[in-house]
Amino acid sequence: MPSKRIIACLDVKAGRVVKGVRFEGHTDMGDPAELAQRYRDEGADEIVIYDITASAERRTIDYDWLARVARVLDIPLAVAGGIRSCEQAIACLEHGADKVSINSPALERPELISEIAAVAGSQCVVVGVDSRMIDGAWRTFQYTGAAETIRRTPRLMLDWIAEAQELGAGEIVLNCMDQDGVRGGYDIAQLQAARERLRIPLVASGGAGAPSHFADVFLQADVSAALAAGIFHSGAVSIGDVKRAVRGAGLEVRL
Amino acid sequence: MDVAVIKLGVGNTASVMFALERLGAKAVLTDDPVRIAEAERMILPGVGAAAAAMRLLDGGLRDVLREFSRPLLGICLGQQLLYDYSQEGGVAGLGLLPGEVSALEATSQLPTPHMGWSALQIDRENALLEGVNSGDYAYFVHSFVCPVDDATVATADYGRAFSAAVARGNLFGCQFHPERSGAVGARVLRNFIGLPC
Repeated sequence: MPSKRIIACLDVKAGRVVKGVRFEGHTDMGDPAELAQRYRDEGADEIVIYDITASAERRTIDYDWLARVARVLDIPLAVAGGIRSCEQAIACLEHGADKVSINSPALERPELISEIAAVAGSQCVVVGVDSRMIDGAWRTFQYTGAAETIRRTPRLMLDWIAEAQELGAGEIVLNCMDQDGVRGGYDIAQLQAARERLRIPLVASGGAGAPSHFADVFLQADVSAALAAGIFHSGAVSIGDVKRAVRGAGLEVRL
Repeated sequence: MDVAVIKLGVGNTASVMFALERLGAKAVLTDDPVRIAEAERMILPGVGAAAAAMRLLDGGLRDVLREFSRPLLGICLGQQLLYDYSQEGGVAGLGLLPGEVSALEATSQLPTPHMGWSALQIDRENALLEGVNSGDYAYFVHSFVCPVDDATVATADYGRAFSAAVARGNLFGCQFHPERSGAVGARVLRNFIGLPC
């Protein structure tokens, strides 16, 4: 069995790591390359760099600072933010990303998933999904990087992740918006439902506030990985604390 | 040139180049058969799908790889391409190692691709894995696996045991990504760079 992965996400805005609550209001947390290295040293299994306003601003991430992070990092690196063409995805890989995560543009044009998978392989294609419960169903949202751009899409989360899988996604990151930044724990019910639809890895995102939350989501929703941003940035919880808690719950982690 | 990294379509070759740069190795990313044939050692990185990779190799690189007599390291798909045949796309490989690359079966407990850090089991002493111990973790991303046979020097497990690293003569392979496997991966790459030519 592979170990359960702990992923540190760097939410980047204007080249700086920021911390936000429910996608609104941001505080500067530091330099992406420095933070990525710190998390690597603390035992992160993977780093995601997420340019949170790229998609809403109709641009993609800055390849130069992507390469600056990739150059110093010796663990897997995924990038997200504004990747809306195959060429942009390839450019990310060529600047040192191992995987690209696509979200809003995939909802607009789902074939983007299969196009990237066809040239780079499914293992390079992560589909990020922002979802929250409205009127008894989990619904997907686009352009969540800024309060003024968020919009609901007609797609239901459970249908969309199955469609993304069929199109060749190698992994789904499900960001549960109701929990995001609140630190009350992952959305177990939503993640359980998503997990039942998938035969590709599922990554839990949104809601981590304590080491026990990671153990809970692995045990109860059987996700492959759990992602967190804010709690690691503030130093409230270290990646080492999380890994010890997950191992303490009887699960395999890389220590 | 110390290391020729084969440019083979789209993939995370930049990661491999950065890893070699961190180790101070002189490396060139190239698809030029002449430069590759002259290199001290060669890395065949993991990219895309087997069928697409073999099509690219058919453009003149296949013979260069087959005839290369100095250390050659295949990473991920690059290791799989060393074998006779791959179920992925049903294509013939380079035929440098006997046997067939087969698919991991996805189950509800074991999603595929196998994506993540898995423990290595060292089965045989080999210069490639010097300083790497059973229980050390390496990072894997793959849906197909190489057979366990007498070329296997390390295994890992995902529903079944598969070859995590192989070695025979001048040929080496690792199913995991040494360029993204932290200190363990750096050690493997350093071992490879230090192999006598």
